[in-house]
Amino acid sequence: MIRFENVVKSYGDTEVIKGINLEISNSELVVFIGPSGCGKTTSLKMINRLIEPTSGTIYINDQDILKMDPIELRRNIGYVIQQIGLFPHMTVGENIELVPLLKNWPKTKRRERAKELLNLVGMPPDEYIDRYPSELSGGQQQRIGVARALATNPDVILMDEPFSALDPITRAQLQDELFNLQQELHKTIVFVTHDMDEALKLGDRICIMKDGQILQFDTPENLLRHPAHGFVEEFIGKKRMWQQPEYVKVEDIMIQNPIKAIPTRTLTQAMEIMSGSGVDSILIVNERNQLLGIATANDIRSKWDTAKRLEEIYTRNVLSVHPDDSIVEVLKLMSQNNIGYVPVVDVSGILKGLITRSSLVKVLGEKYVG
Amino acid sequence: MATINEYLTFMSDRIDQIFTLTGQHIYLTLIAVAIAILIGVPLGILITRVDSISGLVIGIANAVQAIPSLALLGFLIPFLGIGSTPSIVMIFLYSLLPIIKNTYTGLANVDRAMIEAGRGMGMTDAQLMRMVQLPLALPVIMAGIRISAVTAVGLTTLAALIGAGGLGQLIYRGISMVNNKMIISGAIPAMILALLVDFVLSIMERIVTPKGLKK
Ligand SMILES: Nc1ncnc2c1ncn2[C@@H]1O[C@H](COP(=O)(O)OP(=O)(O)OP(=O)(O)O)[C@@H](O)[C@H]1O
Ligand SMILES: [Mg+2]
Repeated sequence: MIRFENVVKSYGDTEVIKGINLEISNSELVVFIGPSGCGKTTSLKMINRLIEPTSGTIYINDQDILKMDPIELRRNIGYVIQQIGLFPHMTVGENIELVPLLKNWPKTKRRERAKELLNLVGMPPDEYIDRYPSELSGGQQQRIGVARALATNPDVILMDEPFSALDPITRAQLQDELFNLQQELHKTIVFVTHDMDEALKLGDRICIMKDGQILQFDTPENLLRHPAHGFVEEFIGKKRMWQQPEYVKVEDIMIQNPIKAIPTRTLTQAMEIMSGSGVDSILIVNERNQLLGIATANDIRSKWDTAKRLEEIYTRNVLSVHPDDSIVEVLKLMSQNNIGYVPVVDVSGILKGLITRSSLVKVLGEKYVG
Repeated sequence: MATINEYLTFMSDRIDQIFTLTGQHIYLTLIAVAIAILIGVPLGILITRVDSISGLVIGIANAVQAIPSLALLGFLIPFLGIGSTPSIVMIFLYSLLPIIKNTYTGLANVDRAMIEAGRGMGMTDAQLMRMVQLPLALPVIMAGIRISAVTAVGLTTLAALIGAGGLGQLIYRGISMVNNKMIISGAIPAMILALLVDFVLSIMERIVTPKGLKK
């Protein structure tokens, strides 16, 4: 766990970090993001003491790092930087073995570890271990950068825009690889980027910074749904949420007041309500507004009898969804079961809304096209 | 005008002397340049660490370089007498500047990101110097040594003026006797020596250039 307490960094009279507090849990991947010069790199480098705070304290696992030996501290923290981080005069193997070497591991153990890590990042050791960085592609170099940071299996890894110099396709690939690696390794990772897509893709939580302050530190979902600050919303991009369908929830797109009726209504009354509102289905609820079922205009017409009541004909056990389900799940449900209507109910079964094919088309059309 | 043959005969008659003087020449140059490396490289490293004195050190080395070589030799005689010691000191002083300067610029131009990567991985200052900065600066340092050594071969001809021997002896004697053959028999071996030093050191430069930095 990493904890910042009132951390300030000044250069001369300028405060570049203005008293930040934050707590990063173990096995969490936290992304620092914000405009250029907002203090992301400064905050990151204070964790391995490449930069010392002017005041305040940083703890790793409740130990004040300012009281630790900086050399020892750094050897126990993985560090990945932008493209040029590999030493050009050392082979891939030597680069990976560097921290183990500094920690006096025996040669055979170092080599073994290097091979293991090359395999982990998908680069066959026999082919790559003796190559020089200049003999690798940008993507391969960054993989080695990641492998090198993992060499002594540190708990904490710092990454400063590690993928920013790569072309979009390679970048996406490395992001996926890092994501998968993290599922396996559960490191505590602090990742700096200026790419919002990357932040949303990788971060368990995202820390949005501006002018040396933290504006919001939250899960991607909460940032998208409840931006705490006009700047955050602007920075993320207003339409961003709609580009991440997994964050769009049922309540964002459902019809709020669907046409409904209690089961004791007659079919005539039901037809009357439906034609009055121009819809072709009606939801059946009890007095407490709990969903019982649905009746469509077709159902009613096919069993037409003026004396009949809705309770004799409506369809029970309909599929329903919750307001905070993602629309991805709803779309899947609707297409798998080939249904055009999904009522929305809360945990106690109370009707909250309705999603229909046409409401989906209407809302999504507005968000993506309009 | 004497024919080439006459020159060759002149030289082959004195081949033993030429070899002896060449040996002395190499000896003086080698000692002076070796001392210049032993002092210049550490000094160059030092001034990258203590930036406040870098201007001063390079300034002094520059000033020394600017003194006419003959005058410098003259200045040294009252302190060191004549013979090989003042000659070696003079050659050494001239060789110092390119070595200090190239060591300094070589180290100062090592990419900041490399240094930060090394430091971030937990290298001590000494490890950083040994494992990152020096290997990356080595080609530039070697180039400085090469310039020094080639210049030193030329300067060593002056040593003959104060009785330290070397190929200069033939040249100066030739000048005073107005004997072109004698001048040539000192100048040609000195020239060959300079070219040879340049060639050998250029190969050394290639050898010390870290493999990953070669194209
Ligand atoms: N050594 C320094 N002396 C003075 N100011 C500095 C120094 N290092 C950084 N700064 C200032 O501190 C601020 C934060 O810098 P930092 O490198 O943390 O920004 P960043 O968020 O990483 O930006 P970027 O996205 O451009 O990398 C900047 O305004 C920068 O100019
Ligand atoms: Mg930065």
